Amino acid sequence: MAVTDRRLIRETNFGLTGKLFRISWIYTLLLCALASVGYVALYSAAGGSPEPYAARHILRFAFGLGLMLCIAMVDIRFIARLAWPTYALGVALLVLVLRMGHVGKGAQRWIELGGTQWQPSEFMKIALVLALASWFHRASWERMGNPLFLIPPAIATLVPVALILKEPNLGTAVITAVVGGAVFLAAGMRWWKVILIVAAIGGGLPMAYNHLHDYQRARIDTFMNPESDPLGAGYNIIQSKIALGSGGMWGKGFLQGTQGKLNFLPEKQTDFIFTMLAEEFGLVGSLAVMGLLCLIVIGGTIIALRCRHQFGRLVAVGITTNFFMYAFVNIAMVMGAIPVGGVPLPLVSHGGSAMIMVMIGMGLLMSVHVHRDAEFGDGRDEI
Amino acid sequence: MKRETTRTDVFTRRALMIGGVQLAAMGVLAAKLYQVQVVEGERYATLAESNRISARLIAPPRGRLLDRTGTVIGGNRLNWRALLVAEQTEDASVTLDNLSRIVPIADHERARIEREVRRHRRFIPIMVREFLTWEDMARIEVNAPDLPGILVDVGTTRQYPFGPALAHVVGYVAPPAEADMADDPMMALPGIRVGRAGMEKVHDRVLRGRAGAVQLEVNAVGRVIRELDRQEGTQGQDVTLTIDNELQKSVQARLGDESASTVVLDARNGEVMAMVTNPSFDPSVFNSGVSQAQWVAWTSNRRAPLINKAAAGLYAPGSTYKMVVAMAGLEAKVISPGETISCPGYLDFGDRRFHCWSKYGHGGMDMRAALKNSCDVYFYEVARRVGIDRLAAMSNRFGLGVKLDFELPGTRTGLVPTRAWRAGQGKAWNIGDTIVSGIGQGYLQLTPVSLATMAARIATGRAVQPHLTRAINNVVQPGSKAEDWPNMGLQERGLQIARQGMWAVVNEGGGTAPLARLSIPGVQMAGKTGSVQVRNVTREQRERGFKSENLPWEFRPHALFVAYAPYDSPRYALAVVVEHGNAGAQAAAPLARDIMTDVLNRDPAGRRETQRVADKGS
Repeated sequence: MAVTDRRLIRETNFGLTGKLFRISWIYTLLLCALASVGYVALYSAAGGSPEPYAARHILRFAFGLGLMLCIAMVDIRFIARLAWPTYALGVALLVLVLRMGHVGKGAQRWIELGGTQWQPSEFMKIALVLALASWFHRASWERMGNPLFLIPPAIATLVPVALILKEPNLGTAVITAVVGGAVFLAAGMRWWKVILIVAAIGGGLPMAYNHLHDYQRARIDTFMNPESDPLGAGYNIIQSKIALGSGGMWGKGFLQGTQGKLNFLPEKQTDFIFTMLAEEFGLVGSLAVMGLLCLIVIGGTIIALRCRHQFGRLVAVGITTNFFMYAFVNIAMVMGAIPVGGVPLPLVSHGGSAMIMVMIGMGLLMSVHVHRDAEFGDGRDEI
Repeated sequence: MKRETTRTDVFTRRALMIGGVQLAAMGVLAAKLYQVQVVEGERYATLAESNRISARLIAPPRGRLLDRTGTVIGGNRLNWRALLVAEQTEDASVTLDNLSRIVPIADHERARIEREVRRHRRFIPIMVREFLTWEDMARIEVNAPDLPGILVDVGTTRQYPFGPALAHVVGYVAPPAEADMADDPMMALPGIRVGRAGMEKVHDRVLRGRAGAVQLEVNAVGRVIRELDRQEGTQGQDVTLTIDNELQKSVQARLGDESASTVVLDARNGEVMAMVTNPSFDPSVFNSGVSQAQWVAWTSNRRAPLINKAAAGLYAPGSTYKMVVAMAGLEAKVISPGETISCPGYLDFGDRRFHCWSKYGHGGMDMRAALKNSCDVYFYEVARRVGIDRLAAMSNRFGLGVKLDFELPGTRTGLVPTRAWRAGQGKAWNIGDTIVSGIGQGYLQLTPVSLATMAARIATGRAVQPHLTRAINNVVQPGSKAEDWPNMGLQERGLQIARQGMWAVVNEGGGTAPLARLSIPGVQMAGKTGSVQVRNVTREQRERGFKSENLPWEFRPHALFVAYAPYDSPRYALAVVVEHGNAGAQAAAPLARDIMTDVLNRDPAGRRETQRVADKGS
């Protein structure tokens, strides 16, 4: 075996300089680009002013970026050891929020900490990814074939999903389940089991619908027929579509979006920030933003593929899928393609805790990348 | 070794698959975005425009009504209003309490304001009080710190500087009714007024103008962000009336307290120089709303201030009708001017006796003498010979009993009976009714404006129509020249006899209306009296030496006078009706003389060259 094959060289110098050298600066640049898009959008959402959104947004991102780089320096093996305690903390926080969280829009979702409202469900998704990756880290292909081996991680996934559903926060619960499912799939769960589970969920949906809260059901009903109640539940979707559509190919121009400026667009600095961009910069602008999001997803997948230990690969897939789900659900929601739920556009929407959580996830991803060649117990590849 | 490779291969495949599915999902969203933004873009762009743009109408100022000299008789004046903007005050009711200490606010008004505050968005101004005096406004401004949310602004309101004198001609404006809303969107504007009576109603469209529009950018809750476009409306056009305001006022002064009406026409073209009804009302009251007490006072007044007696009052014409009877006789060739009819004081027909006003009779009368003395028996006989239908036809040619082209709403046609009309009532015509028609009694019912028209047509021989519109937007309308009106096509001889008779009534010794003689040197008036009973006089009353002036007011006869002047070259014609004035010669003739004197002195038509119709009477 030739040592010139880069894949065969294990770079195990984990001195600080070496680690910094291994950080994917291109990937970091992509994140900065996305955050800049957020600055532009929030500047416009405030009617052409850095206050009150854009300036704080960029400060938070700077903080988040620092946090990401710090986490990237943390040895992935150390992180793996913290996986289950982190998971336990996540579940504890979810229970806590159900007990004493702030009630907003008919749901208990937030914990107030340091003047910011934190959603434990955001934290939980990352903790779940770590826990599942840790569980599957040692699992061989044969072991993945054993159904009994899959039961503990399945329970570990369903407990937080159930707790988030109980808040209730349908959107995040679904995203959590999908993120968990992606880790299962990447870990080598057999296809027939995947199909079985998907079929079971499909069959159970109508039943689930009956257990939804009224406002959740209203969202789904409105989604099916937005014009049925143009000034009520359907208002957001209709106004959002009007904004998107009136943007046309080239958009109305920076700060010229009438739907956003005149407040026809609801929550334009958070959930509907993409609509604002699409109105002002047209299809060209919105496709550019989507292209950037795709590059970040591709970058995450590349990091997963380049990692040499299962834990890192699964973490990378989970984090990337989590990022993708944010972006996809948000854009699909403002287009009226799926029922509206409070899912922000990562690194673009205004909101502190969501941004920090995304950057923590990115820090983990970067740690995977930095430590892609680490010797890692039973989980390492034997080539 | 092997198992690890398998696991890695599976991971690679699945990670690529997951990434691929994610990119594909983004691709689907991109396709959907293309659909919304480009394919359906136009539709959504339209929706976005209609979202943000709100078109609002702006009411142009209403056109003015002018008299023939250009004096404003219906104009706009500034209207100071207090408005309340709820969002600018913490507590609207405290503000209103403070305001009511400065200008009283009635309880029902207070309730309306609070209702509107609840109903409208908080930035929309709500009318609190209209028609503030300057003092009220000043006091509100001084107390402004205690009145957060109160703002004073100025609109316009209709003003009638001459009030009652012109009320019946000018009419009035009032808020539009539901029915008016449909045809003009401007009607929905707050504070808009439409013409409801008189010339305000006749020329409402012209006066109203066309609403302008502003395109405003509004936000989602309807607050105005900025003005995008403004199209000024077309201002309402001024309408010039034929009325001479000074003359109108002096005529009203002449009528004094009488329940009376007068129409003064330019005899050559039918322009109404003055049209006065007494008593009258203040038209501006309708603008702000009529109180119940005021309404009761008007409607219970037996002198009927709200009725324009000059155009809607119906009176038997009495002896003023005799010229028409004479001309009908000549036209029908049943009598010649020189033929004399003997008047013994009565005419027996069948078993009925028809009395002349002169108990002892006039003796032999030719046509001119019969007019001069107003001999009833002569005209009984002429009417009997002519027959009612030919009499009606001649009446119609003089504008009596036919619909005139007179603008004023509520003008009545009156009635000149015919056999067909009677048959329509299911009754046969009675010759006796023809006979009393000869002296303008019986079924005959005519308006003062039609009697003035008759006088003008006798004077000029032209079929003039009375009218009030002289010019719109300073463009003089057709009908202001004598040539605009066709010749009546009557025998000049008949008209001459009628004119001579009317001259003799006033100017010849023994005529019935010596009091109507003008004191202007070289100018003579021709006229005819009329006195019509409003209830029958029985034979016993007649034999007891009945005196109608002893009757209660409402049973006394009406006094009428029609006239034109100058006799030799007529310029003005008039009709005066004094309700329950007792006798035309005493009550109406002197009024007619004074009014005609005013008219001639003022000469509102200002016409030098005149049509000569007769030599000076001698």
